[in-house]
Amino acid sequence: MSKLEKILQSAFFRTLLSILIGFAVGAIFLLAVNISPVEAYEKLFTSIFSSPKSLSYCVVYATPLIILGLSVAFSFRTGVFNIGAEGQFVVGSMAACVVGILVPAPPVILPILCIAAAAIAGALWGVIVGFLKVKWGINEVLSMIMFNWIAFYLSNYIADIPLIKSDGNAEATKNVQEAAMILLPKSWIEGLGLCNSASWGIFIAAALAVMVYIIIEKTSLGYRLKAVGFNRDAAEYGGINANRSIMTALAISGAMSGIAGATNLLGIGQRIAIFSAQESYGFQGIIAALIGANNPLGVFVGGLFYGAIKYGGSRLNLIGAPSEVVNVIMGTVIFFIAVSHVFKFRLKKEKGGKK
Amino acid sequence: MDNVINTVGIIIYATLLYTPPLLFAAMGSCFSEVSGVVNIGIEGMMTIGAFTGATVAHFTGNPWLGFICGGLAGMAFGLLHGVATVQFGADQTISGTAINFLAPGVAIVTAKAIFNSSDTIPLEPTSKIPTLFSDVFTSGTAWSNFMKNIFSTYASTYLVFVVLILVWFVFYKTRFGLRMRACGEHPLACQSLGIDVQRTRMICVCISGFMAGLGGACMTMATTNQFRPTSIVGQGFIAIAAVIFGKFRPQGAMLGCLLFGMCSGLRVVIGTSSLNISAQLISMIPYVVTVIVLILFVGKSHVPAANGKPFVKAK
Repeated sequence: MSKLEKILQSAFFRTLLSILIGFAVGAIFLLAVNISPVEAYEKLFTSIFSSPKSLSYCVVYATPLIILGLSVAFSFRTGVFNIGAEGQFVVGSMAACVVGILVPAPPVILPILCIAAAAIAGALWGVIVGFLKVKWGINEVLSMIMFNWIAFYLSNYIADIPLIKSDGNAEATKNVQEAAMILLPKSWIEGLGLCNSASWGIFIAAALAVMVYIIIEKTSLGYRLKAVGFNRDAAEYGGINANRSIMTALAISGAMSGIAGATNLLGIGQRIAIFSAQESYGFQGIIAALIGANNPLGVFVGGLFYGAIKYGGSRLNLIGAPSEVVNVIMGTVIFFIAVSHVFKFRLKKEKGGKK
Repeated sequence: MDNVINTVGIIIYATLLYTPPLLFAAMGSCFSEVSGVVNIGIEGMMTIGAFTGATVAHFTGNPWLGFICGGLAGMAFGLLHGVATVQFGADQTISGTAINFLAPGVAIVTAKAIFNSSDTIPLEPTSKIPTLFSDVFTSGTAWSNFMKNIFSTYASTYLVFVVLILVWFVFYKTRFGLRMRACGEHPLACQSLGIDVQRTRMICVCISGFMAGLGGACMTMATTNQFRPTSIVGQGFIAIAAVIFGKFRPQGAMLGCLLFGMCSGLRVVIGTSSLNISAQLISMIPYVVTVIVLILFVGKSHVPAANGKPFVKAK
């Protein structure tokens, strides 16, 4: 295989091609609704790259997406489709919020407690689903959808408890204590001209990406989990306890989704509003995982890309273009990533023909 | 006593109001899953149907035209899903996820272009799906109110149960139904018997999109009277859950849809009453009950054996 062909067939190239097609389809769609795509894309990209402040906003937007993406990618690699990331994210944020409001602890310790609480809550949400699956054979997709809704109403219920609810009229919780926030030091933010929500979250995301890489590629635990995902019967024949692997995988994946919720709360939100509809964080995580081809480094870069586009998209309203065009672009990107193996297939076939 | 009759009547009314969108979508999901194609894009197909239905009905004033157009819009995305998964053998979950981003994106961008807002203009009562038997049942005594609440409801509610019977017939009493179910269990065996697996699956995915679109249109043309970005959020997944709950049978999915429909109904009834119970906790009950029912009575659900696996024609 020539070097060029190798590049053409790599996942990276196919993703890049899908992204280009995504923007092309977005442009056609913008034309159809009478908006200049040149103007819109110019606005999109200039708002991303205009200043350190806007770039740091992109990173802030990207942080929960990266961590959720890692969570979903981890589950994909271990053969479970974690469609429950949404619920794990929600219970994680709520656990962090309750600890952040109620527990008197000094800075540094408090955020660690919050994040630990979020990880435990998320892991629990994952393990319950795993337990239902291995104990009673209940379809995990079904129970995850149920647990997403249970998390949704549970969060709304807790946000309404007098101890937690905001003292004002706001339909939200109290703010977590300042000590719980994981924002970067004020002097850094001012010195570098970053946005006010710039936080340690992105470093947590990076650490988790490394952790996922090590677990999956370098440990026997990762090997067992992958083996069960790849072929459950063969793994069991090889002496691996498949049931325990499934629950472990869901616990790790759930813990990460929970942490994503905590970093979002402790970095940007500071409080949780009473939801009126599901916020689809879980699906945004799936998108990040897919762009990154379920590879930790890929997910990190994919999440940054998605975060940047999401931030740039939110600025589109300023020129009267609908920010939802970002969803059209991302949907198209994912669609073409899904069918992109066809391009690869064709290339191979041509080569076969020459022989 | 009168009070109880009245409350029960209102709960049934609300249940029948929230069930049709779910049931249409769930029947669609049945078609696709049973033929071997996982379709989590139901959510997106419902959203585009909800938007198209409300928009067409608003401009033409004809609810049935809007309703059908809603179905066709869902079908367009069903076709997209079919081309990706059946023709090109793409990962079905990924393609479905893509549609869940693409379809609502298209709906909202178009809404903003047409209405200058992400919501459509509320439909006039004449452009909504008509209510049946509103003259037959009159209000008065508790029982007549009860009957009015139950029977004097939107035509779509009657329609969905008629369609359910048709779907059941197609599934279990026709050649196509048998072939379709066989394609989801053992496509290779089907091919050896001369059944065109690709074509059968393609038809099923398109039907699935069409019905999901109808479900969405029910939501914005009967249950409520306008499309909003939050009209559908999560409903498509509830429909899929109902299908798994019902063991991939349309009649089983109906029970699931009634349960979840009742939950939406209860939430509205309790939200507007003076009862001092947390609406949030009440809303949670159906989902908890579902899990408990699954543990106690249903257990393992038989997923069509070839569900989710792309089928490549044997040469």
